[in-house]
Amino acid sequence: MRLLTLTAALALTAGVAHADLVFPSLDYRTGPYAPNGIPFADGYADYFTLLNERDGGIGGVEARVLPCETGYNTEKGVECYEATKGEGSLIYQPLSTGITYQLIPKATADNIPVHSMGYGRTSAANGEVFPWVFNYPGTYWDAASIIVKHIIDQEGGDVSDKKIALVYHNSAYGKEPIRTLEKLSEKHGFDLQLLAVDHPGQEQKSTWLQVRRERPDYVVMWGWGVMNQVAIQEAASIRFPMDKFIGVWWSASENDTRPAGVAANGYKAITMHGVGDDFAIYDDLKTHVYDKGLSAGAGDQHGTVLYNRGMQAAMLAAEAARTAQEIHGVTEITPTMMRDGMEALKITDARLEELGLAGFMPTFSVSCDNHAAPGLGAIQQWDASNQTWSLITDFVAADREIVDPLIEEDATAYAQEVGITPGCM
Amino acid sequence: MTDVTGAPSPVSRIAAAVNALSTPAKALIGVAIVAVAFGFGSGLMLDVFFWEVFITGLLAGVMYALVALGFVLIFKASGIFNFAQGVLALFAALTLVGFQTGQIPFAHLINAIFGTKVHHFSDTGLPDVFAILATLLVMIALAWAVVHYIFQPLVNQPPIILFMATIGLAFVLEGTGDLMWGANVKVLDVGLPQGPSDTIIDATGMFLDKLELSAAVVAVVLVTVLTLFSQYTKMGRALRAVADDHQAALSVGISLQTIWWIVWSVAGIVALVAGMMWGAKSGVQFSLSLIALKALPVLMLGGFTSIPGAIVGGLIIGVGEKLFEFYIGPSIGGATENWFAYMLALLFLLFRPQGLFGEKIIERV
Amino acid sequence: MFYREAGEFKTSYAADHATFPIGFDFWRFWVVVGIAFLVVPFLINDYWEKAILLPFLIYALAAIGLNILTGYCGQVSLGTGGFLAVGAYACYKFMTGMDIHIPIGGGEYWSLILPPLNIALCVLLGGLTTAFVGVLFGLPSLRIKGFYLAVATLAAQFFLVWLFNKWEWTYNYSATGQITAGERDLFGILITGPNTEPWATYLFCLTFLFIFGWAARNLVRGRIGRQWMAIRDMDIAAEIIGVNPMAAKLSAFAVSSFYIGMAGALYFAVWNGAAEPTESFAIDKSFDVLFMIIIGGLGSITGSLIGAAFIVLLPVVFKNLFVGVLGWPTDIAEHLQIMTVGLLIILFLIKEPHGIASLWGTMKEKLRLWPFPY
Repeated sequence: MRLLTLTAALALTAGVAHADLVFPSLDYRTGPYAPNGIPFADGYADYFTLLNERDGGIGGVEARVLPCETGYNTEKGVECYEATKGEGSLIYQPLSTGITYQLIPKATADNIPVHSMGYGRTSAANGEVFPWVFNYPGTYWDAASIIVKHIIDQEGGDVSDKKIALVYHNSAYGKEPIRTLEKLSEKHGFDLQLLAVDHPGQEQKSTWLQVRRERPDYVVMWGWGVMNQVAIQEAASIRFPMDKFIGVWWSASENDTRPAGVAANGYKAITMHGVGDDFAIYDDLKTHVYDKGLSAGAGDQHGTVLYNRGMQAAMLAAEAARTAQEIHGVTEITPTMMRDGMEALKITDARLEELGLAGFMPTFSVSCDNHAAPGLGAIQQWDASNQTWSLITDFVAADREIVDPLIEEDATAYAQEVGITPGCM
Repeated sequence: MTDVTGAPSPVSRIAAAVNALSTPAKALIGVAIVAVAFGFGSGLMLDVFFWEVFITGLLAGVMYALVALGFVLIFKASGIFNFAQGVLALFAALTLVGFQTGQIPFAHLINAIFGTKVHHFSDTGLPDVFAILATLLVMIALAWAVVHYIFQPLVNQPPIILFMATIGLAFVLEGTGDLMWGANVKVLDVGLPQGPSDTIIDATGMFLDKLELSAAVVAVVLVTVLTLFSQYTKMGRALRAVADDHQAALSVGISLQTIWWIVWSVAGIVALVAGMMWGAKSGVQFSLSLIALKALPVLMLGGFTSIPGAIVGGLIIGVGEKLFEFYIGPSIGGATENWFAYMLALLFLLFRPQGLFGEKIIERV
Repeated sequence: MFYREAGEFKTSYAADHATFPIGFDFWRFWVVVGIAFLVVPFLINDYWEKAILLPFLIYALAAIGLNILTGYCGQVSLGTGGFLAVGAYACYKFMTGMDIHIPIGGGEYWSLILPPLNIALCVLLGGLTTAFVGVLFGLPSLRIKGFYLAVATLAAQFFLVWLFNKWEWTYNYSATGQITAGERDLFGILITGPNTEPWATYLFCLTFLFIFGWAARNLVRGRIGRQWMAIRDMDIAAEIIGVNPMAAKLSAFAVSSFYIGMAGALYFAVWNGAAEPTESFAIDKSFDVLFMIIIGGLGSITGSLIGAAFIVLLPVVFKNLFVGVLGWPTDIAEHLQIMTVGLLIILFLIKEPHGIASLWGTMKEKLRLWPFPY
């Protein structure tokens, strides 16, 4: 055994430091959530391949993606973090609630930024308490608020006599929107009903019988993995109107809607980026990546929701690295410089146009007091006959009046618990 | 010879009285107690939802029983608690979809090694019937390999070792399944009806899923065929002989290895049926292997050695957990089904430590 | 060779029951302990600490706990994940200041509010709390046996995980139910939190493992350990010769849960720093620890350590071999790694069903009598 571990140690030191920008990718291409992990990881890797092939990297320095398989397992996530952090890793995308919560204190101590894009700890939006953690372009609490806004729009501005049910995965992730929704229900007067579904969520009959008994006007879902597919299927079998069933952005992929077939037609979900492959960047990807046979994975995920999200994560990381290069005037940046780049990140329409991503996402700029800018989201809807998603609203803002105090409260509690004095770096 | 229960207490006297009844009678009493307690106890019997929850529970119970059947078959014939049954269902469903859609097995691995770009051997795949037959052949071949390479060398080992070996098997199948057919969510369509049935809605106002109704029909057919097989065929009699006493069966010239192969094949077929039913609902994906956890309380309650036990156990668990979650769940935060199923089974076990239909445990010193 | 003996020459009962009947073993043991305490701390970095040594030490502690229950007392348990969670959450409550309010009628409460305690004490109290919960869930073992009991302990697993999701008091009413360990020190040296030194956390966990491994070894060869083994081998016979099955089974549940609880506390506070029931303490944890003791050897303290090493290290070794050295795609490597671990488990069971510890024991027996085995 000792001999074997020695080999392990040797293997670890085998990676030689190049002059490149290292972007570790904590993939989960195996395990129960692999169907969601694969497209994200493919998109993340393909975008960097594109930069290397087309532009020769970022600011002339090659980007290197360092994949490490976590299987969505927190222990493996920690192993991956420890194994890759020594290689000059610039930024971590932990890709799971559990891994994010573990990396927040560790990465902060190691001075490596964490980008939990639309997941993880919502109160990390407060850059004074969490200087090393970023969750732009939006948080779960933004999402909850935007979904309710959409419902208010649908109802012509008044929801005081309506009932909204939240069907959620019984875990830290699933419980995220509860407080926001409670505050919103106080403000707008709708009835809120909470329905938990136990992990993994293959059997939800009684949950949906409760939906039938309570007759909510809308159902909001915070689901993950197999729970999504079954929920959509069950909603269809109680004939719940699909256009009144709205999922969070992790219950919003083709994987979730396809198994239910035509019954899923009209299902809605919130998104933080554009859908489909109708963006100029896909032409570049085709010439420089796909046609050269450089696609990550099996190369069959192009244009799916989660592939786009992986690409968006990579784009934001690359833009932050570019910003960091500009700020510090060096091309080979360190994680600390990367953090500065992330906090000074500005995404403008002109830049999106240049990247071939015009209209892909709203413009925004990050600042120390708002690591979750812009907090916008749009609603997408599933068309079962064409098997495509399409955006049906513009990107709208969350109700800051509700969300900001909640973030403040949670961030302050965290600061007290672990003894942090808030302040910008 | 001593009974486990020890000195008579009020509890054991009740237990003894219950024990004196025939097993199906006991089971019916069990179901009736649950129903009556919930029904009359709170005047819920008049509530339309009560009956819908009840029937939905029965149907869910059938789905659990389908998985539990596979466990029972193997445990009865060989004393092996087959942890891999859930993974077996996943593997079978993956293989079926793979044949249906014409995927090339291990395509990803082949591409990674040889730099090729193979994905499908045909665009349309095999017709459903051939795909199912091909999958059956795969399951039978797998059964042979499992018995030949794993369980034959482990003959006469204590149950926990055999249990552990099935966990090893689960690991192997898990890795193989994903590597062979890929990890994405696959849509399984073998022409099973889906969605609520209009006729039933019109007649009763209940929303019952056609898929689950057909699962119930399939389960009835499956149990009937299994019963006929074990009662009226020569092979079936040999099977029961092995289940009763390995040594005696061996001495009258029954080949243990062949019997085990048949049992594992049948369990593989049952796994395929379970995988098809569950897979039609959620898509075929890794999580399918977790349905085993839904079958364990059923086994506990019904007894590890009884096929009717698996069915009745499934029904009791299904009804019990649905009623609890529907009426009591909301007041304690919901999502109670997982643990309640086990607690319910535990409650039954306290009165009958071998499960409702299990063979009486007789211990000798 | 190392073992210069030509047979059994014991003259006293004590000598026959010594842990190390051979001088060489005795010295070798102390050399290993010495290296572990005095040399290793100077050599390790973050990777060795977080990815290899801490998981090994913590799982070894949990495996010793489960081995006491399953290997020595014969009660198969699949509730380990749930008990780890109890240890972790109890430790968290004691770390942040335990507050208990019990209604005593008339709107009055009997309150107990403790200040945040020292981390070592928190780990011990986490263990004690788990021992109490373990006894509670051990009660069915008085009537249910074998695999039925194993499945019954799953009730504990699922119920406890559900409880820690739903009962807001256990996670101090935080928004999501994630618990995070703040910075705590022992004698001025940081033990928990992100700024710890690798050697400090390593030595902290090693000390726990050493002390309680030692205790376990002496427990199982004493009066109570023999009662457990009597119950395991044949409970009715044991009862007839005067072993109280209730006391024996429940004490096994208590001691076992105490160990598992401490492991849970260390898992959360020292190793991971954050935890959440659905992911951190899921059913796979219960199975993992069970694999460890079966692979290592049921009814053997050394076996628990070997099993923990096997299950913790093997995936890491294979990962580094497949991905780091051979450069395979990560997902293929992961699938092959799962398959390889599965095949190895089967292979080990076929070659040596009593665990690696027994393989080691057989080898030692052969060496002792070598070269004249008869």
